[in-house]
Amino acid sequence: MRDPLAKKVVEIKPSGIRKFFDIVSEMKDAISLGVGEPDFDTPWHIRDEGIYALEKGKTFYTSNAGLKELREEIAAYLKRTQGIMYDPVGEILVTVGGSEGIDIALRAMCDPGDEVLIPQPSYVSYEPCAVLTGAKPVIINLKPENEFRLTAQEIEEAVTEKTKILVLPFPNNPTGAIMEKSDLEAIREVIIKHDLYVISDEIYGELTYKGKHVSIAALPGMQERTILINGFSKAYAMTGWRLGYACGPKNILAQMTKIHQFAIMCAPTTSQYAAIEAVKNGDPDIARMRESYNMRRRFLLNAFREMNIECFEPFGAFYVFPCIKEFGMTSDEFATRFLQEEKVAAVPGTAFGDSGEGYLRISYAYSLERLEEAMKRFAHFVEKLRAAKNA
Amino acid sequence: MEFREELLRIMEKNSRMNTKELAVLLGVSEEAAINELKALEDEGTICGYHTMVNWDNVSTEKVTALIEVKVTPQRGQGFDNIAERIYNYPEVESVYLMAGGYDLMVILEGKTLKEVSGFVTEKLSALETVTGTATHFILKKYKDHGTILGKKKEDTREIVTP
Repeated sequence: MRDPLAKKVVEIKPSGIRKFFDIVSEMKDAISLGVGEPDFDTPWHIRDEGIYALEKGKTFYTSNAGLKELREEIAAYLKRTQGIMYDPVGEILVTVGGSEGIDIALRAMCDPGDEVLIPQPSYVSYEPCAVLTGAKPVIINLKPENEFRLTAQEIEEAVTEKTKILVLPFPNNPTGAIMEKSDLEAIREVIIKHDLYVISDEIYGELTYKGKHVSIAALPGMQERTILINGFSKAYAMTGWRLGYACGPKNILAQMTKIHQFAIMCAPTTSQYAAIEAVKNGDPDIARMRESYNMRRRFLLNAFREMNIECFEPFGAFYVFPCIKEFGMTSDEFATRFLQEEKVAAVPGTAFGDSGEGYLRISYAYSLERLEEAMKRFAHFVEKLRAAKNA
Repeated sequence: MEFREELLRIMEKNSRMNTKELAVLLGVSEEAAINELKALEDEGTICGYHTMVNWDNVSTEKVTALIEVKVTPQRGQGFDNIAERIYNYPEVESVYLMAGGYDLMVILEGKTLKEVSGFVTEKLSALETVTGTATHFILKKYKDHGTILGKKKEDTREIVTP
């Protein structure tokens, strides 16, 4: 029999998260700090709308781009939060999570050989999705001395005449780094100078703790070269509903909608009805959850400070990214030993790119009690390692 | 004082939080947290620190009654005087002035039905200005002070996700 598999798929290396997941799932009594989704339930009024839609038999396909009312609400939301105007007809596409948006944006824009700039550490899907289009991912290793923000110089150094797209993953998973307006202004010129398009993954855009998130699409001259990706998973604690959206120029969105139409048809209908309620009336929920996350963020930062663990202050998402280089172990070794010896799962930074080496991703999508217990164990572990080093 | 409301929201859910923890969560100095807490106590914004007890889990019998009370307001006093006469009874848990079909809502905790009915007939109804009462008994508490009783939530998320 001949090989049934496509070489470019087989050659994609499996996600580092997966590997770690397999180790963790063998440990029955481990406590986890490894989750990339909110611990809150979807607010009840949103769930209730989903239930209501089911009761009313709203169980059919929607239009390919998504319910018009939902697209209108998304347009209104982006206008009130970012001051960006999108036409609900043709400039907004409702997708199956932010991840689908990333995938089809890359597929709609990349020809084989095009280069895609991907800053890392970052979410695991950009690189494989780019590879599947035949494009060449070019990794930009973000630096701790910049608090893992992206600089104009870093783009400049990575650009070639083949560079077409910049993936902009902020607020960032796993580092928690943000790009403030001044940071975005600084990279804007380079982007325009080299005629790049931006795929801006703003799935954590509602979760920032130092001023409001600014989308790069809100900057002059950027809306026409940006695909803004966002969704409901993080802001409204709706991960399992699988709902996101992509906004951008009509010509790109038309091609993305074509792929979406053939591959997906439409995003789940129940979720779309629930999402209308979320985006219309969910602002107070976001505020409430953000306040909780912020307290936990402060708690963790304080805990690391007390342990003398180097950790820059992250202002976004729900992760802190402490540095463990002083212990002379790789992130993998540290995470594995921490799991085996203290029964706490934290994801090695390398799961998000080579530049995550020496770091751990600690999620604070957990109750304070859980975080307190985990930090006790972290302190115990660190003490043990330091004592062994000094012995 | 922007952290004032944030502080109150924390303490309302968990009054056992000590000032050091509180300061960390709020991102202020411990001194600032202590001062704010004291100010809130002094001005009566924080009126007490209680423990939420699910008495259903304890064998002690306990009856909670909600009593609708209709009264004739007194000249120059409104309802305040009669409310005071009612809330001074220690067995009275809460008293609210209501808009709608009756005037005062009295929440009463007693050991037995007899004790509650004794209070209603002998004390409450005996007040001159009380013109009528309707007593309702609580059969089961599902949620109290924003807390769902009797159920501990389990974390059903995958252990590690990207």
